[in-house]
Amino acid sequence: MSTLKEGTADVGIAREEPKGWRDVPTGGLITEAGNAMEYETGDWRTFRPVWHKDRCIQCLFCWVYCPDSAVEVRDGKVVGIDYKHCKGCGICANECPPKVRAIKMELESEAAGEGAAGNEGGGKDNA
Amino acid sequence: MPKAVAITGNEAVAEAMRQLNPDVVAAYPITPQTEIVQIFSTFVADGLVHTEFVPVESEHSALSAVVGASAAGARAMTATSSQGLALMWEVLNIASGMRLPIVMPVVNRALSAPINIHCDHSDTMGARDSGWVQIYSENVQEAYDNVIQAVRIAEHPDVRLPVMVMMDGFIISHGMETVTLLEDDVVKRFVGEYRPEHSLLDVDHPVTFGALDFADWYFEHKRQESDAEAGVSQVVISVAEDFARISGRRYGLFEEYMLDDAEIAVVALNSTAGTVKEVVDALRSDGVKAGLLKLRLFRPFPHRDVLSALRHVKAIAVLDRADTYSTMGGPLFIDIRNVMYDMPGPRIVNYIYGLGGRDIDLDEINKVFEDLKDIATTGKVGAPVTYLGVRE
Ligand code: SF4
Ligand code: SF4
Repeated sequence: MSTLKEGTADVGIAREEPKGWRDVPTGGLITEAGNAMEYETGDWRTFRPVWHKDRCIQCLFCWVYCPDSAVEVRDGKVVGIDYKHCKGCGICANECPPKVRAIKMELESEAAGEGAAGNEGGGKDNA
Repeated sequence: MPKAVAITGNEAVAEAMRQLNPDVVAAYPITPQTEIVQIFSTFVADGLVHTEFVPVESEHSALSAVVGASAAGARAMTATSSQGLALMWEVLNIASGMRLPIVMPVVNRALSAPINIHCDHSDTMGARDSGWVQIYSENVQEAYDNVIQAVRIAEHPDVRLPVMVMMDGFIISHGMETVTLLEDDVVKRFVGEYRPEHSLLDVDHPVTFGALDFADWYFEHKRQESDAEAGVSQVVISVAEDFARISGRRYGLFEEYMLDDAEIAVVALNSTAGTVKEVVDALRSDGVKAGLLKLRLFRPFPHRDVLSALRHVKAIAVLDRADTYSTMGGPLFIDIRNVMYDMPGPRIVNYIYGLGGRDIDLDEINKVFEDLKDIATTGKVGAPVTYLGVRE
């Protein structure tokens, strides 16, 4: 599976050249446990959740409800969103308590235009 | 001591399966199933095999259960025919795509409609492009021998593909012949223990079978499959050499019957090859240089070897017991003509015959050779595709 390395292109991040057919396990077999982490599924978002640390009350609802385990938590606290795997469904923003509203959905194209990592292969988390 | 017995094709294949003693056999026990699994199920009931026999509710489920068992690391088999194979279609490609070495005897019978239960090859020709290795058998002895060899071919590390072994419905499946069976322990040693490279039950080395494989990887996996097919011929030959040592019976990618110096030749599959041999013998005694190429390995197509076996022949007739409905001839014809395309010499014609179990007799095959004589002399081909034995 490809790993990320820093690239110089406008998108900020480039993928390594993926392996050829001779070098991958046969039959579509996945031979390493837990390597779904390396497969970036966050590159087809239309909206991205933007987490506002100052508003967050750390109730962890977003972390519980995210269907893709893309809310990053360290030491029991939300620290950001894993944009390499977040699909932009907006469930986290929906579940965030109405009085707090610490997660806002923004158009991916506009967010990318702000100089943050684009939606090609995900970006850096905003922790 | 190997013993000679008089048994039917179905009994011989069931006997081979008893000797192979697979871990799992799943089958749908009602028509279009054949006697093969019925006979095998009595071996299970009598405790003669250790096989886990899974009766399922359809042929689709039968092959699905076998796919699961094979992925779990079992030596797994099933058998089918006709509509049953058609219902398995979706799972055929899953078995080959997941590179599971399943062995499946198939009794060749016509596909509906109209409803028919007799022999032709439309069932397995429909599975031609499914990624399964296809081996055809002329008679009961070959069906028995091929099923045993198929296990070694399928499980070979360079192959790891599922294998179908064919015989003609009724003509061979229900026809009784004298067959020499191998000793149980000889078969057991020949196939050995199945050691899967990966299996779901190997919990120390966890693997995922059948994961989603999008545009970024699917093509690479399909390319690997094609590469594995390219190595099949070599494995078929080396397994046949080992098999000759235990049985005294020699097999190759195909059988060349009086082909060395032949000027006219027929290419055929399965039981019809036996009838063609009779005609070739008669023609040879009249001084006609007639020959036969009986293909054993049909998928992958052993194109280089077929080319060198046929390149000297002046006129070739390909007999197809199935139609492609392309209006350009049967499946075997299309392959043979493709193989011979760069050869300036041979003229090639096609006869589609025997659909739905229509008999083909010596006179009809004689007529084919008569046509070939004309073509060889004049160099002129009339109709490239003829329907042989149909009422006009
Ligand atoms: S948008 Fe959906 S996938 Fe992304 S973090 Fe929120 S809940 Fe998870
Ligand atoms: S749901 Fe909202 S408030 Fe609760 S942890 Fe997530 S971002 Fe913070």
